[in-house]
Amino acid sequence: MSKTGLVIRREYLTRVRKKSFIILTLLTPVFMAAMFVIPVLIMSSKGQEMKKIAVVEQQGHFFKGKIHPTKYLKFDYLENVRLDSLKKHFDELGYYAILYISPKISYIPSAVQLISHKQPSPEVVTYISEVLKKEIERQKLLAYNIKDLDKILKSVETDVQLQTIVINASGEEKETSTGIAMALAYISGLLIYMLTFMFGAMVMRGVIEEKTNRIIEVLISSVKPFQLMMGKIIGIALVGLTQFVLWIALTLVLVTATTGVVMHNNKSNKTIKIPTNLFSDNAGQALPTNQANTKIIGQKELSQAERILNALKSVNWGLIIGAFILFFLGGYLLYASLFAAVGAAVDNETDTQQFMLPITIPLILALFIAMGTFQNPESQLAFWGSLIPFTSPVVMMARLPFGVPVWQLIVSVVLLFITFIGTTWVAAKIYRTGILMYGKKPTWKEMWKWIRFRNY
Amino acid sequence: MILFQAENIVKNFSSHCALDHVTIKVPENSIYGLLGPNGAGKTTLIRIINQITAPDEGTLTYIKRPMTREDIYTIGYLPEERGLYKKMKVGEQALYLAQLKGLSRHDALKQLKHWFEKFGISSWWNKKVEELSKGMQQKIQFIVTVIHEPKLMIFDEPFTGFDPINTQQLKKEILSLREKGATIIFSTHDMGSVEELCDHITLINESRTLLEGPIGEIREKYSENEYELRFDGDINLLTATLNTRFHILEHKKENNESIVRIRLSNNGSANDALYSLLEAGKIISFNKITPSMNDIFIKVVSEYRKKYKKL
Repeated sequence: MSKTGLVIRREYLTRVRKKSFIILTLLTPVFMAAMFVIPVLIMSSKGQEMKKIAVVEQQGHFFKGKIHPTKYLKFDYLENVRLDSLKKHFDELGYYAILYISPKISYIPSAVQLISHKQPSPEVVTYISEVLKKEIERQKLLAYNIKDLDKILKSVETDVQLQTIVINASGEEKETSTGIAMALAYISGLLIYMLTFMFGAMVMRGVIEEKTNRIIEVLISSVKPFQLMMGKIIGIALVGLTQFVLWIALTLVLVTATTGVVMHNNKSNKTIKIPTNLFSDNAGQALPTNQANTKIIGQKELSQAERILNALKSVNWGLIIGAFILFFLGGYLLYASLFAAVGAAVDNETDTQQFMLPITIPLILALFIAMGTFQNPESQLAFWGSLIPFTSPVVMMARLPFGVPVWQLIVSVVLLFITFIGTTWVAAKIYRTGILMYGKKPTWKEMWKWIRFRNY
Repeated sequence: MILFQAENIVKNFSSHCALDHVTIKVPENSIYGLLGPNGAGKTTLIRIINQITAPDEGTLTYIKRPMTREDIYTIGYLPEERGLYKKMKVGEQALYLAQLKGLSRHDALKQLKHWFEKFGISSWWNKKVEELSKGMQQKIQFIVTVIHEPKLMIFDEPFTGFDPINTQQLKKEILSLREKGATIIFSTHDMGSVEELCDHITLINESRTLLEGPIGEIREKYSENEYELRFDGDINLLTATLNTRFHILEHKKENNESIVRIRLSNNGSANDALYSLLEAGKIISFNKITPSMNDIFIKVVSEYRKKYKKL
């Protein structure tokens, strides 16, 4: 085996066998899955305690019996109570809040108050406003004395869900989802940013370790500094790839497993269930009065879930994953050599701050550009950000799910790899001098001198 | 044959001169000692030989041609600041370092097994380095330095951190390496080991060579024509017997023996002295006093410092 090969092997094996690596590799897919499941669970279990809300009208009783209870909200219509005293005692009476409706509500939208001790959740607020709005609309319509109004209203009730379809050059139509594209862009951009930092810092720490351990002089009498540096960078790149491939494989296994459960449920139950038990709760335990309503919601949400699945299927996963690996590698290699140079220039991790700055700034900038990309994937900033090598890995990954011309992809990758060769060349010069320097922290001027030295 | 030669090496650091026209010539199959007080420039010279730092002036010659970077990978170098990967297992690490020296995995394993058995440390194979003491780690480092059987070996302060027993073992190994044909350069403060091991020495002080040559010649040169006489007899008679050609420097009595240190004057020979002494009493022993390397070291360095201060 060549010496570089030996270094790669050591760097790879020592890291892959670490407990922390194994744990991180196994737990991340679970964590990722949890990131999707937990918000859903929280949403499905929101306000697990029943909230009672006292409804008080200043005059009349237009809303009596009009505000329907939900699974977690109950409305008591109180008559002949004084608001002042109720305000003092409503929590003793077991009320979560008072809904105080003024008759002016029909022409002043803000003539209604929800009084509570705690800030009510957006869901509660949205539900009440929605119900009130509908009821006022209904009352206003009633004032026109239209015959069979209820029937008419039923028949005109509509729901619009905009479907986006993208036609490619060959005329193939694909159902897409902007939401999915955004989520993908966000996740892959952020992941590249995080992985570049994580594995870049790993390279840096490895270099510092060899310096502080004083093993470097032993090594340097056996291998060339460049072999040592490249061995470390490549070894850690392989660690990253291994981790990434395992993550994908494990996530696929998890997804297949959950999908399998869903399919099974589909067959056994008439009511179709969505994974994660989110909606099955609703279907099973909904209040009798609300059953019809719940079913509609269930179906609506099912079709949404189906569409998400379809959209997920429509994503060109081969392109995304392929590009991810390519841009991760390019970006990592570019930054890792710089991280290695920083590690070589200092004696311990606390001294790295000053030299880390020029590395961190473009990376953070890339993340900001990527965030802007979600608003407008076609913007000039996004375009240049995805071509300039120091930001391209993060920004390009954020642009990719929205569709990027092939020539831009190719130019971006080529620029990235050319720059990587350049930074590695510069970093190698700093590295080979830096690793044998102890004591004083070098200045920028000294590092510039190291770069210009022809030998040593 | 001169295996390695460093000629007129000059190295300046920003604030001081580390080496000022230092030359060493290392004959093949010998042990060459680099001596000198702390900060004399020994490690700088060793680092220059290993091409870790470049000299400002001077040439390095290895086997009759200019030394190149590639030559470094064929020599065995034990740096003064030597470390190991703390979290790695001993055997795995030794195997890695041995393979980096160019041994195949198979050969490396075979050699390591041999050395580990020789040093009685086979049980350490699966221990982590951080579990070992400093001395134990040094043994591993020594093994991986010599495992590829290099022609030239350079040890920078090889004995620091060893207890006397391990020091003895290491000395034995160094001698047997020479017997097998290796050439060894090592730096040390330990003058005892210099006497035991070295064929040649160079004494560096404050960046300059003060003393250089085969160790026997140096000791001969610094011997003051002094002899130690042990005899059983009358000290006064002895004083009377000795004429102006001899000086009695000191005498003391130990049990029934008198111990006398005698210096011969310039033209006196040991035989003459012995002849005259025969009448003084019963001679037990008559030895030439050779100065120890320690004495020479202290003498040369302090003389230099005195001279330097006067200037």
